[in-house]
Amino acid sequence: MKTQRHIRAIGALAGYWILVMACAAADPPDAQSVAQQPPADAPPSSAQPEESMPNMGTMDMSSMQGGRAPDNARDPDYSDGQSMSTMPGMADSMNDDARFGKVLFDQFEYVHSADSNGVAVDAQAYYGGDTNKLWLKLDGERTGRHLGDTRTEALWAHAANVFWDTQLGVRHDFGDGPGRSWAALGVQGLSPYWLDVEATAYVGQSGRTALRLEAEYDLLLTQKLIFTPDLELNAYGKRDPQRQIGAGLSNVELGLRLRYEITRQFAPYIGIDWNRRVGGTADLARAAGESAFDHQVVAGVRFWF
Amino acid sequence: MIFRGLPLDTGRRRFVQGLALGGAAAVLGLRSRRAFAAPSTNAMPELSGTEFNLEIRELPVNFTGTPRLATAINGSLPGPILRWREGSEVTLRVTNRLGVQSSIHWHGILVPADMDGVPSSSFPGIAPGETFVYRFPVKQSGTYWYHSHSKFQEQTGVFAPLIIDPAGPDPIRADREHVVMLNDWTDKDPDVIYANLKRQSNFYNFAQPTAAEFFRDVSTMGLQQALAKRRMWNAMRMVPTDLSDVSGAIYTYLMNGATPATNWTGLFRPGERVRLRFINGSASTLFDIRIPGLKLTIVAADGQAVEPVDVDEFRIAVAETYDVLVQPQADRAFTIFAQAMDRTGFARGTLAPRQGMEADVPRVDPRPWLSMVDMMGAMHANQMAHQHGGETHHDPAMSGMSMQNDAMQGMQHGTMDHSGMAGMQHGGIGDMKMPAVHHARTEYGYTTDMRVDMPRTNLDDPGVGLRNNGRRVLTYADLHTIGGSLYRTPPQREIELHLTGNMERFVWSFDGQKFSDAQPVHFRYGERLRIVLVNDTMMTHPIHLHGMWSEVESPDGDFQVRKHTVNVQPAQRMTYLVTADALGHWAYHCHLLYHMEAGMFREVVVA
Repeated sequence: MKTQRHIRAIGALAGYWILVMACAAADPPDAQSVAQQPPADAPPSSAQPEESMPNMGTMDMSSMQGGRAPDNARDPDYSDGQSMSTMPGMADSMNDDARFGKVLFDQFEYVHSADSNGVAVDAQAYYGGDTNKLWLKLDGERTGRHLGDTRTEALWAHAANVFWDTQLGVRHDFGDGPGRSWAALGVQGLSPYWLDVEATAYVGQSGRTALRLEAEYDLLLTQKLIFTPDLELNAYGKRDPQRQIGAGLSNVELGLRLRYEITRQFAPYIGIDWNRRVGGTADLARAAGESAFDHQVVAGVRFWF
Repeated sequence: MIFRGLPLDTGRRRFVQGLALGGAAAVLGLRSRRAFAAPSTNAMPELSGTEFNLEIRELPVNFTGTPRLATAINGSLPGPILRWREGSEVTLRVTNRLGVQSSIHWHGILVPADMDGVPSSSFPGIAPGETFVYRFPVKQSGTYWYHSHSKFQEQTGVFAPLIIDPAGPDPIRADREHVVMLNDWTDKDPDVIYANLKRQSNFYNFAQPTAAEFFRDVSTMGLQQALAKRRMWNAMRMVPTDLSDVSGAIYTYLMNGATPATNWTGLFRPGERVRLRFINGSASTLFDIRIPGLKLTIVAADGQAVEPVDVDEFRIAVAETYDVLVQPQADRAFTIFAQAMDRTGFARGTLAPRQGMEADVPRVDPRPWLSMVDMMGAMHANQMAHQHGGETHHDPAMSGMSMQNDAMQGMQHGTMDHSGMAGMQHGGIGDMKMPAVHHARTEYGYTTDMRVDMPRTNLDDPGVGLRNNGRRVLTYADLHTIGGSLYRTPPQREIELHLTGNMERFVWSFDGQKFSDAQPVHFRYGERLRIVLVNDTMMTHPIHLHGMWSEVESPDGDFQVRKHTVNVQPAQRMTYLVTADALGHWAYHCHLLYHMEAGMFREVVVA
């Protein structure tokens, strides 16, 4: 039984790692196309037979985005050692390195389920320049005076490639049971076909490990009415009964929200959330007299500033 | 008043079309009322001679029903028309009455570097309360403009026309002339606009593909085609309607400072030859201009006389100028219709024999999608060539919407073979040129969301939204500067620069390097060199080199047209020759203001 859980946890971590690698290298250098690109001054190769053309097919777009620079890539430095004007005045005229902050309450909602009502928040904030940002995350729920499972994170986000940031930092969990602290390493970005993806691995005290995956998609029904499915998975390397967590995949959460953007920055919504605890986590929940599956109706506002 | 332009509710209509008596006029009192009472001459003030006093200060305006503060030159928006004469020496005392640094740059004018007015490159800017004296000889003639080069002051009103009469008789003969200056006014603070773009780059794009549109496509073209139409865009995380960063959602488009409702009117007598000096003084908007019922004869571009060419319509990029001759014979009004490239609004004015007349205002055209040539350049065109039996692909029809589907189908079979493509240029594709492209090693980081390996080089494409619209539309291939190049020397070397960006992160650059990360570009004093620009983005960028002409070459390397602002289309490669005859530090940048601010800027050092 225990071995099985370990295997599951290891499997989950391995799966995560594959995903991280896939994301970080979402636009891998297309070795073939780079290799096949003739050097600038190479004579053109002989013409291909025309009939091969209609079968050329799927345009290899991976060579158009991201990747690694080939060795013979052009040097962008045309300065010949000349230096920039020393004239003052730049600060007041142009600044391409300005820092910006954003606070996004992606979910700020009233939650209604069969046994309880509460308030839930899923928020992120950042501050920084194009390359590096301080990133804060908060995801939690409060029912009456009871603080539910609540995750907070502080991360250094670094623009690693076209659509992806790497994130490195710490996480602390509040709520049910004793607090837990973790070191965090992950990626956050935009996958092909416009999925907002977060994938983070955590290492805590006493050999605890955890993994969180989240993917969200904005489906524009109209310019302002937006349907957002949101899928989240959590897995843990080790049992933590004090926080009602079993080893392996612990829960899968699916949310469906429909928002209306009154403005870009303010959008009320309604939605449904399903949360399915699985494996050891489900066992622990059942042992505590709770159901392994619950669904909630939510109503809230998404806003940012 | 007949407005068929945009189907809008009342509030929105007032916003887009402006107040009927809006603008600076409403708050300026007598002086402007007089101007509006007699707009038979130009409503804008004009200053001529050799000595000028200009003052930049805040100006209360109301274009949309909401009072705002603009920044303006001598209390008008646009500022006063300056009229110089070629061969004279002008002195301009510019006083900054704002609370922040300001500056004036003479766009397209050949001046000594310290008179060019770019803070931190050529001078320190004009501090609040200070006066800077510009003095330089006028060595050219034609239609130009001047504007602030500090922060976002172009957006908030510091821009104005600049007309230089030739030393001798004007080769362009006309019975009368009107300046037609366009801009994109917004009630929003441009700092907020920029921050919004940084935080959510599609903030102002309310024409994104939707599910509703998808189902419409499914019903008209079938599921497979509807999916195919979207596949590449979605796989690449690109938006096919990403034509303008800022849109009519917050812009009210002005003609000579007048809203569409105010209807700036230029007078003519039937039969007269009227010279219209079009200037695009926008921060972020390209316009497509036509005057239904009149043939437009393009006679100058960027102040330089070109061999006359008759068209129905032309696109004017930010910072470009075009001189147009029209000869209305009928005793009726004609609408000057300038629709924004993204079709979210328009500027409008009227040519009429008498004040108070107006003509129908056309509807804006449907919002176009970028086509595959805008994404793939010649890689795409080549493929089409094969599918269509090797015909030549200078037909702009190829670029239209309808081709998307063929193209997509073509692309669904197999794998693109680069060596095969390279061979094709000798494989019977007619005169399609396929020059080698050299991506910089700095184009592989997060700043660059796309690279085009085989850009198109043809100049005869009017651009997205204008292809196959049933009208004769001007292209760069139609522009031939009278007299040819000013220089005889052939180019001695080549500098290749790529226009790059990350739309999602709203980062813009040359060669993937923002200005703050880049070294200056060195031109050796006296040399003649070829600039090769490759647009590795899906946006259209008007690129402006200060201090020296940009002499655009045809795809065959012949002299085409002399310009100060070169509009490079998505996935296009353009070349131009520069003679580095002006010592000093010069700005070189995309003239879309928010792209420049985000880093699409280089300093050129001539030494």
